[in-house]
Amino acid sequence: MRYILLIYQNTEAWNGLSQEDKNVFMRAAGDIVEELSATGEWVGGEGLADASQARSTRVRDGVVTVTDGPFLEAKEALAGYCIVDVATPERSEEIAARWPDAQHWGMEIRALMHGGGEEG
Amino acid sequence: MNERSLQELAPRVLAAVVRRHGRFDLAEDATQEALMAAAQQWPAEGVPDNPGGWLIAAASRRLIDALRSEAARTRREEAAFAQEPPPGAGVPDADDTLTLLFLCCHPALSPPSQLALTLRAVGGLTTAQIATAFLVPEATMAQRISRAKATIADAGARFELPPDHERAARLVVVLHVLYLIFNEGYTATSGERLQRRELAHEAIRLTRTTRALLPGDGEVAGLLALMLLTQARSGARDRPDGTLIPLAEQDRLSWDSALIEEGTQLIGQTLSRSPLGPYQLQAAIVAVHAEAATVADTDWPQVLKLYDLLHALVPSPVVTLNRAVAVAMVDGPRAGLANLDALDGDRRLALHHRLASVRAHLHEMAGATQAALAGYEDAARRAMSIPEQRYLQAQVQRLSGDVENPPTAPTIG
Repeated sequence: MRYILLIYQNTEAWNGLSQEDKNVFMRAAGDIVEELSATGEWVGGEGLADASQARSTRVRDGVVTVTDGPFLEAKEALAGYCIVDVATPERSEEIAARWPDAQHWGMEIRALMHGGGEEG
Repeated sequence: MNERSLQELAPRVLAAVVRRHGRFDLAEDATQEALMAAAQQWPAEGVPDNPGGWLIAAASRRLIDALRSEAARTRREEAAFAQEPPPGAGVPDADDTLTLLFLCCHPALSPPSQLALTLRAVGGLTTAQIATAFLVPEATMAQRISRAKATIADAGARFELPPDHERAARLVVVLHVLYLIFNEGYTATSGERLQRRELAHEAIRLTRTTRALLPGDGEVAGLLALMLLTQARSGARDRPDGTLIPLAEQDRLSWDSALIEEGTQLIGQTLSRSPLGPYQLQAAIVAVHAEAATVADTDWPQVLKLYDLLHALVPSPVVTLNRAVAVAMVDGPRAGLANLDALDGDRRLALHHRLASVRAHLHEMAGATQAALAGYEDAARRAMSIPEQRYLQAQVQRLSGDVENPPTAPTIG
């Protein structure tokens, strides 16, 4: 079963970290990607550019509005995602908990919908 | 020579190359490359007299190139190995395919890795084909396979059958891997890519191969029968737009009668000869459904007896769920619902959409429309498959209509 793990990062806290601390973060994440690639559970993932660089689009009554910044006004913003292919929901929780971001802010785990299904 | 015949040669060529040179990891890559070269060259140049020998020689050359670039071989060894095999030498005995199958299902590998490696090394599929079938980028799949081979090497696995005391357990893993491949293919809908649905055919082909290698094994036969009898429904199970059609509503005339015939014969023979196992029981259950010309003709008491046996052998929440449906058909919906209460304690199943949808269906059978409606809404929220979700939402729509305009007689499902 496939899950997307969404990194909800506290932007201010992240920007407040020293470069050294940020490097430790990146290395930890890199190690987990290595590990998951070895187990065959890694499907893909990316880091996202800083939330301040986001743009949000809305169209209402045919009028297109593009505003600077993330869609939701919150302390946390999406900073990255990873997609994993695992045997159980528990394993997805295990992986999310290992992510360095889980220790500082949080991760959201969402199942990916299948295109197929059982006819029952 | 068509693609299918090349695929069939694949595991035997790989086995021959590994026996000659060792290095399963490099041999597997080299075999892949040789197969791709053959697929390109043979249509233009003609199929060689000894296709197996050609492939072994081609793979050996590539493997030696790989070793050379690892700077691991002396010139003398290279010269010896670079000789063409004698004209008579073809692919070796099929027994090595079994060794390969066991190796690809090594317990050190995760299920996604076992599936991928089996499809490549034993199935002869290309990385691209496997990637497309599993909806993963090709580079990711290539890495998964390459890491899988490294993991096997690190685990100290050798190119030989597992020791006797491990063999039975390993076969269980092999059958599970084959079943998972089949399921990936079978549950893919018409809207999805053809390569995805073809996994079901691959699984059947590999299971036939396994059966030929282990003709006395009841569970291998049972798994094959289960696949054949299930695959028989593939033309009837969904509409072109991907909407699912439940078993009870399928047009049985479009079930594949040849597959049903073969599967029914196979499970019939197997049950009379072998100790009972879960795949055999599941196949027997599907066979009972397949024998019924219409839904109303289904021998539900027989289905229930088989679920009783399955539950005794391998109790699981899924079996309990399916058995509850059979109980409902034999003893009425309230009896079926009572059986479902036991599942509320299981954390994983309690959240699963199927428990909610089966419960909703039984509530509907019992005439409790409001409870059925609530159940289907719940199930639709929990669904993890788009076609299943659509089906459940359609039941919500249907029942919402009934609540506003109740039918004049109670609905009996």
